[in-house]
Amino acid sequence: MTEKAAGGELEVRDVSKRYGTDRYPKTVVENCSFTVERGKLTVMIGPSGSGKSTIVRLLASFEQPTTGSILLNGRKVTKPDRDRLVVFQESALYPWMTTYENVVFGPKAQGRQGKPVAEAARNVIDRVGLNQFQQSYPNQLSGGMQRRAELARALINNPTVMILDEPFRGLDAMTKGLMQEYYAQLFESSQSTHLFVTTDIDEAIFLADRLLIMSNFPLRLRQVIDVDLPRPRRLADVVRSDAANQLKMTALSILHEEAIKSFTVGNRAADHFMNTYGRRYSSPPSPN
Amino acid sequence: MIALARIPTALGSRATARAAIAITLVLVFWEFGSRFGGWTGMKLPFIGVVPAPSRVLVVWYNLIGDHGYWQSWYLSFLRVLGGFSAAMLLGIPFGMALALNRAFYQIAFPTFEVLRPIPPLAWVPAAILFWPTQELSIAFITFLGAFYTIVINVVGGARSIDARYIQSAYAMGASRWTVFRRVVLPSTLPSIIVGASVGMGVTWEVVVAAEMISGGGSSMGSGGSGTGGGLGFFIWNSYTGGSYEQIIVGMISIGIAGYMSSSAIRALGNKIAPWLRSR
Repeated sequence: MTEKAAGGELEVRDVSKRYGTDRYPKTVVENCSFTVERGKLTVMIGPSGSGKSTIVRLLASFEQPTTGSILLNGRKVTKPDRDRLVVFQESALYPWMTTYENVVFGPKAQGRQGKPVAEAARNVIDRVGLNQFQQSYPNQLSGGMQRRAELARALINNPTVMILDEPFRGLDAMTKGLMQEYYAQLFESSQSTHLFVTTDIDEAIFLADRLLIMSNFPLRLRQVIDVDLPRPRRLADVVRSDAANQLKMTALSILHEEAIKSFTVGNRAADHFMNTYGRRYSSPPSPN
Repeated sequence: MIALARIPTALGSRATARAAIAITLVLVFWEFGSRFGGWTGMKLPFIGVVPAPSRVLVVWYNLIGDHGYWQSWYLSFLRVLGGFSAAMLLGIPFGMALALNRAFYQIAFPTFEVLRPIPPLAWVPAAILFWPTQELSIAFITFLGAFYTIVINVVGGARSIDARYIQSAYAMGASRWTVFRRVVLPSTLPSIIVGASVGMGVTWEVVVAAEMISGGGSSMGSGGSGTGGGLGFFIWNSYTGGSYEQIIVGMISIGIAGYMSSSAIRALGNKIAPWLRSR
């Protein structure tokens, strides 16, 4: 893979986020630092309720960090901008707009119009395979199609960094697998900068160039693992790959440590952590 | 029944057939009930006093050419339309402002909430004092009936917008105005439509009562235009005149008028919010 200079580098520097009052503060993110490298697919993994979505909102500037700063290509960001677009957990497509209208929302909001926009929209809708559904409303699309429409809506804006917050959660296993392969292809053909947030270790290994393992509650970076599996990747190959399984075991053992640590905290998020990673580690998949 | 169930294909749908069967059954029951006393000498309670539908139909048929009857329709419709339009025109922006501006909400909402429980009909005497003409008084009371419902629905709708809709719109480069026009407004639209159809129902209830109270226009307000009338007055007038059939005609007329109005709102709603019907 040749390294193209597309995309940008997103840096999180000593970020903390506290909610609640001064008397009863609730720290969700604490002294968190990491980098989303240019042109790479960075996957952030951690259990639900660990504050991943909070960091996503901070990265997109929907909320401001309590302390610390977030930099895009070295510049501090404070406002939502189309250089950092988010694809959300559940579809955030506008129900009152057709697929086409949803996709052209961004360009139109920025005051661009006419043939180039229409062409770009048709292009990107083609790329996500929704050509037949341009005039459908979101509630007429299946779950997988909605996610693809949302990908298209983000892609047309050429974000410097694309942030995906558990975009495939809630899809059935079959659709999820298809979407993962499809998304991997999309990334491989664009080589822009992506941050993909998930709780699913298999998804994480399959997609990642770099894996950020987060520690639980408050959220912090625990460890970075480089996933140097060859691209383009196919799900079937990765499942069979020893290297991939090795990486998975490494990641799971770290997650397991986190789970044990969280267990002593005894809150609900910790419990979830145990359920997600504690059990999986105790019965690892056979390495071929 | 099996034969009846086949009619629908001719009439369009099974739903139409079911509606027709239900209405027919109600009419048969009603006719039987009100004639029962005549046959057996034993009057049934309530329904025995009500004139039979066949007699109502005859009276109604005779009214079809009657100018006064249609004038009542026209006047009531005019008031409903006036009060309802004013309620929409003022209620939607007012509700939006309440939902979107915290300071305005803190200023205006408590007053609004104190006024809201006052039934529109309790406003009748005050309205007569406030407004120079009787027509304006009725219109005002009608307006109140729809206004509160619409405002409450708009506030509820605009406040429950998914925050992600707004966040992603800003992220994609939308201005505040674009966010309002293309995100906030359309996502509130379903609530506006619900508010409108409920408000329309309330409007009919209120206008009829107001017409009954205000009478024919001779007794009230020195500067009154003297119009009065309307379907509410039509019923009241029939009552004082002793024509029970006409009371029923008036009542059913209001039912039909109300049904027409809410159908119109639904049709309009489907037109401006096509994504809601395309399931």
